[in-house]
Amino acid sequence: MKKGTLKQILLITDGCSNKGEDPSATAGLAYEQGITVNVIGILEDDASQQPDGLQEVEDIALSGGGVSQLVYKKALSQTVQMVTKQAMTQTLQGFVNKELKQILGPEKSLEEMEPEKRGEIMEVVEDMGETCDLEVLVLIDTSASMTDKLPTVKEALIDLSISLNARIGRNRFSIFRFPGKQQDMEKVFDWSPRLDDISTIFPGLTSGGITPTGPAIREAIYQFGRKSLMRSLRHENERGMEEEA
Amino acid sequence: MRMNEAWKKKHNAEIRPGTTITGKWHGKRYVIKKKLGEGAIGSVYLCEVNGREKALKISDNRTSMTVEVNVLKSLGKVQGNRLGPSLLDVDDWISPFGTAYTFYVMEYLKGEPLSSFIQRNGSEWLGVFMLQLLDDLERLHASGWVFGDLKTENLLVLHAPPRVRWIDVGGTTQIGRAIKEYTEFYDRGYWKMGSRKAEPSYDLFAFVMIFLNIYYPKRFDKGLEPEKTLLKRLHDVKPLRPYIVPLKKALQGKYASSAEMKKELMLIFYQAQKRTNLRKNRRKESMPHFFTEVIGITVIAIGYYLFSLLL
Repeated sequence: MKKGTLKQILLITDGCSNKGEDPSATAGLAYEQGITVNVIGILEDDASQQPDGLQEVEDIALSGGGVSQLVYKKALSQTVQMVTKQAMTQTLQGFVNKELKQILGPEKSLEEMEPEKRGEIMEVVEDMGETCDLEVLVLIDTSASMTDKLPTVKEALIDLSISLNARIGRNRFSIFRFPGKQQDMEKVFDWSPRLDDISTIFPGLTSGGITPTGPAIREAIYQFGRKSLMRSLRHENERGMEEEA
Repeated sequence: MRMNEAWKKKHNAEIRPGTTITGKWHGKRYVIKKKLGEGAIGSVYLCEVNGREKALKISDNRTSMTVEVNVLKSLGKVQGNRLGPSLLDVDDWISPFGTAYTFYVMEYLKGEPLSSFIQRNGSEWLGVFMLQLLDDLERLHASGWVFGDLKTENLLVLHAPPRVRWIDVGGTTQIGRAIKEYTEFYDRGYWKMGSRKAEPSYDLFAFVMIFLNIYYPKRFDKGLEPEKTLLKRLHDVKPLRPYIVPLKKALQGKYASSAEMKKELMLIFYQAQKRTNLRKNRRKESMPHFFTEVIGITVIAIGYYLFSLLL
């Protein structure tokens, strides 16, 4: 069986977008192209209930085929790795379900199966989750209100790399921020298998004002596309991650 | 998929004492008596079936529940003492409101938390439980698994004779893979003292944290120098002093297997016994009563431990 690469955008924000197209629409676009969009909404420590603006968090993940979670700063590390893993399982389960329907007919899905059979299939899904390659493009909201949350975001990302690098499959991470200095989105950390050495890039990440979430997701899709294009050009000499048998 | 608290609320509204849960596939009927606990994935209830009390775990997260059931089934095949609760039934339930749940039924284990047992009965029990836990871990590791989410909440001390047992094995992971589930305080990755790869040393780190947690019930933060913080806290617990060398080695990932750690612990027990014997001979006349008591306790502890091996 050909081993695939899962592609995810991990959006970390604390509020509502206020510039450009609807982020749910661009997230839908990403999903169409095989990229899952997960969203983490960070709550203010004193927030007793979920602010209205954060409804967007759920909507983006829903149309991006991913997982969303609102969380206080304190629980960020554990949430980020959980959301990423959960989304992987969800995506893989989607693949498996599609295959099952093709083989067994349209009314057969994992849910309609008796518990014993379901168990066997979940073992396959688990195996895939452990061995597949994964690319995560982290998209960090660096608008002014995020300033005091960025050190925790940094910790959570290092922690995510610890969790994912314990898997057998390979990982690649990159970090982008929005808004950038000139554009809607700006690269701060290039594709790399680890996030251990991101400490240096974090100070001075904040910028002011707008939150162009929609345009940033669109730009992220482009970055994924660009990456696979470059890889296919280099393929003659190098082994690409997606091509590995 | 949403992962917020909404399902828990729905859950509590649909499953209450008195609710009857009927399995969709196997048709067994379970009457809910009370809630025993709530975890990241689902809730555990005490239920009654044919006049017997059982524990029932239920959740609307089919995926994770199915993974847990797979683990319970594999553990059921491990020889010797039972490592987790035995699995009795797995089924689905559609609530009257149309929510689809998955549940499984286990034997109901009655006991008390490790920390309250130690508080009531004294720290001489520490050694017994350490050996019992290491025995179980050894067998688990030998069968190719790592416990993963080893923590105080997942343990229970059953009575007569006191035997520590695992009650939630949801985080159990195949050796060599990524740890499936963990709790920060018990996770060596959080303390920056190792990876999250499932290997025996991962469990041995959590093992030490279980005993630390008895003396720091509110736990503590890692601070700027996690390893230093941890070793200092360990050093400050007087009842753990006799075992400090192996405990420290376990934290630092220096044991490749539970058997190795158990061997060193046994040596400590043996030497303590020898010292007591020597002193006893020397001062036989002066303080006979005190030493008889110390030896008595040690003999009882080791006796209980050996007895529990036979169960």
